[in-house]
Amino acid sequence: MSVAEAPGRSDHSGRGSAFSGATAGDELTIVEPLIFERSRPERRAVRFPAASEAARRAATAQPELPASVRRAAAPRLPEVSELELLRHYNRLAHLNHAIDLGFYPLGSCTMKYNPKVNEWSARLPGLAESHPLDPEPLSQGSLELMWLLAELLKEVSGFPAVSLQPAAGAHGELTGLLMARAFHRSNGEGEQRTKVLVPDSAHGTNPATATMVGYQAVTIRSNERGGIDLAELREALGPDVAALMITNPSTLGIFEDQIDQVVAAVREAGAIAYMDGANLNAILGRFRPGHAGFDVMHFNLHKTFSTPHGGGGPGAGPVGVSERLAPFLPTPIPTLVAGDPAVVRANAWAGHSTEGARFALDADRPHSIGKVRSCYGNFGMFVRAYTYIRSNGSEGLRTISNDAVLAANYLRVRLRDAYDLPYDRISKHEVVFSGRRQKREHGVTTLDIAKAILDHGIHPPTIYFPLIVEEALMVEPTETESLETLDTFVEVMEGIAALAASDPAAVKRAPTTTPVGRLDEAAAARRPDLRYAFDGDPAAGAAGTDMPASPAAPSEAPTA
Amino acid sequence: MTYSPHTEADRARMLEAIGVATVDDLFDDIPPAVRAGGWEVPDPLAEQEVRAELARLAGRNRIPEVSFLGAGVYRHLVPAVVSEVIGRPEFATAYTPYQPEVSQGTLQSIYEFQSLICELTGMEVATASHYDGATATAEAALMACRLTRRHRVAVSAGLSPDYRRVLATYCSGPGVEVVTVPIDLAEDGSGATEPTAAAASLGDDVACLVAAQPNFYGQLEPMAELADAAHAAGALFVAVVEPTSLAMLEAPGAYGADIVAAEGQPLGIPASFGGPYVGLMAARMASVRQMPGRLVGATRDVEGRKGYVLTLQAREQHIRREKAASNICTNQALMALAATTYLAAVGPRGLREVAELSMLQARHTAAAIEAAGLGRRRFTGSYFAEVTMHVPDAARRHAALAERGIVAGHVPGRDEPALRDTLLLAATELTTDADVERLVAALETTR
Repeated sequence: MSVAEAPGRSDHSGRGSAFSGATAGDELTIVEPLIFERSRPERRAVRFPAASEAARRAATAQPELPASVRRAAAPRLPEVSELELLRHYNRLAHLNHAIDLGFYPLGSCTMKYNPKVNEWSARLPGLAESHPLDPEPLSQGSLELMWLLAELLKEVSGFPAVSLQPAAGAHGELTGLLMARAFHRSNGEGEQRTKVLVPDSAHGTNPATATMVGYQAVTIRSNERGGIDLAELREALGPDVAALMITNPSTLGIFEDQIDQVVAAVREAGAIAYMDGANLNAILGRFRPGHAGFDVMHFNLHKTFSTPHGGGGPGAGPVGVSERLAPFLPTPIPTLVAGDPAVVRANAWAGHSTEGARFALDADRPHSIGKVRSCYGNFGMFVRAYTYIRSNGSEGLRTISNDAVLAANYLRVRLRDAYDLPYDRISKHEVVFSGRRQKREHGVTTLDIAKAILDHGIHPPTIYFPLIVEEALMVEPTETESLETLDTFVEVMEGIAALAASDPAAVKRAPTTTPVGRLDEAAAARRPDLRYAFDGDPAAGAAGTDMPASPAAPSEAPTA
Repeated sequence: MTYSPHTEADRARMLEAIGVATVDDLFDDIPPAVRAGGWEVPDPLAEQEVRAELARLAGRNRIPEVSFLGAGVYRHLVPAVVSEVIGRPEFATAYTPYQPEVSQGTLQSIYEFQSLICELTGMEVATASHYDGATATAEAALMACRLTRRHRVAVSAGLSPDYRRVLATYCSGPGVEVVTVPIDLAEDGSGATEPTAAAASLGDDVACLVAAQPNFYGQLEPMAELADAAHAAGALFVAVVEPTSLAMLEAPGAYGADIVAAEGQPLGIPASFGGPYVGLMAARMASVRQMPGRLVGATRDVEGRKGYVLTLQAREQHIRREKAASNICTNQALMALAATTYLAAVGPRGLREVAELSMLQARHTAAAIEAAGLGRRRFTGSYFAEVTMHVPDAARRHAALAERGIVAGHVPGRDEPALRDTLLLAATELTTDADVERLVAALETTR
């Protein structure tokens, strides 16, 4: 039975008979077979020209590949026609929810609209075909673009220096903490400062990053208002603390209203104040961390500056830093080497030529932490972010934050009766509800609620995060959703809350309209099947042996 | 230009519902002392204006008419069908598949990607991808430290200088020491890692030996011997490979690699001034618990249908926090999709043709330079599709050619003084006979 015939599974995106070509496994039904299963010998999608006689003749004078390095058996790649290939991936595309299809209020991820002109820019041949090692005289456009983007990020964040190199937010965190450590070492305090303070509301990457830099992560509890407990912070701060990593606005969607005192306390203790800039979308033009005393912040260009999330990357996680951390930035840095920065900026902002200006990569940075990525970072994301910032301009960037905050607060007040709201304060980019009432009174969990949301063509909020909120539902509407969409979401959420009370089993059956129903994640982890098993392979995918159900004990955890 | 849909009436309705007078009231929680003042961000641009600005910047680049530049990033054909697939908004504007019921497209494509990388490398398990080849290599070295509980890594000098820099930065985090294993840089030397030199640097505290095939200078390494040397010392062997070469060169799984890392850019991803690319990592199933990064696995749903989910997440930061295998939080899913589509588009024969044409034109290039008396191969032994040529006064001639829009490869002397007066020349299936002729003719004029 194919999915199209499955009872209760309606066709919510024009699928239906689109899957009539799907094949059934022995005991499993399959929505779309694997590309390997579409393979037939001799089919192909792309052809290459034959080698020229001249090349063949010339090559005879050169060494061949010795037999010792030659591959014994060719890789079993799929053999498909271009149309079959395209249909396969188009069918797979139909199985996805995406911003371009519907509301995606996934908290902490800033799933805003990704403007199409950004894609136009990134595909300009002059940029897309630019090789990172092309001689600098040939790469002035790429270098200028990176320099201009860094100038804009400095202005937005209030930091005097920026590196674009980190490839993602977590990568920016790693870069930031490596710089913090380099700073302490340069002051002779490298040995004594061994701890990084992380609030309990933090994203898991913060403590994981601390470990990667050899620091001990120490958790700071939030107070009853969802903010940092200043007394506990002051207690924890000491000569052994290297940095505080704070997400602001926090993962509760709350601006730390004592941020000035938090930063002052951290600096007074000689530690580095790190701001996780994941939620910058809420505070553009309102708060500039560099001016507020922070030493370092990573930007998520894929959030605030709307580069597409791509199903989980690529992103970009540039870092801005204070003067005292600037010497430690990753190398190299695109630099203006001939021309007056103010004049170059003014010309670029006015759309005038910058032909006199000359840019180069500054790799002569003796105190740098080194490189964190090959080349200079995810340049294609820089092109999109630059396009986005220039499109929006000063006024547009302020509007982004105003409307994002407006939407989050609107949902806060509209839904706080239907769901518990543990921290009922002004929201910034997002608002975190709790499904604890539905769980306690009706046995309907937040997971059930999320699955029920799927049946309405809406992507659920982030669930079970932050960890300090029981049965958390973290809703980030962003600024690009219309009031009608927000109102529809309110109706859907209210309807699910009502259904949880009247017919909890119906909520627990959800989803029923998606291409597949709830998937057995425990079985996936117990018997990992991580790759296609070709006919004749000894065992399916990953070895076919049961894995221990629990992860390696902490004592077996990484020590390196 | 703004992408906000709100009318003033919409905003008024929301403010009223919230119970505040102005939007400024929603920012009252920012302490007055640290509220932002003005900023110097330029005015908004209309679409035609922003296009003109980006066209201006693109126009300031000069895409070379002829280029033999590789050095880790290669200009291959990007089939139109690959661009079409990754341009689909259902892939591009989705995020991490946290809700598998509405993410089967992304999840299945990643499962296919993992399967293809296993097949290409001859390994048992591949991750959903990493930032790039350099960070995948660095994470592979740290993974080897966790698996062996050793705290030094030995790295062949044949690994790209860029990769070695990134590896050094990553290793500096937990304080892992990096030892460099020299390659034979002598005139007419092998340009490769000597197994005896590798063995000498492998003490009982070394977690892994990292070597690249082909190496940065295009030379072929004795990978089986290097793997044996690593294993004899109780260390793991990390192979860094170029994916198109795997159509011709032995799969790392066959010569004893324990972990494989690679840059996937040659598989359908444009050079794009350095990124976004996709890092590949594959390993043995026995070490999967210490692998960093995402993994997708097959399972079934409540009605028995096959489906895919993120799995073995107990290794990851959102579960394990400070005890995670890495802080990595995403993969490069869209770039992994490009590589997946590319490999399916070219198929086994296409990939072999890419490798063969690239090798052939590299040999054509080397032979033409030698025939013209402009230079000679710097190393003995064989090479894949990139070749290090001794060319007197290489840096000056390289610069002179660049002014004419001809990029005579890379200048290794910038990083490795022993290789001054060499050019590292790469060919791909896009390299034509005319390109070779123009390179040689241009070099002639700089004698």
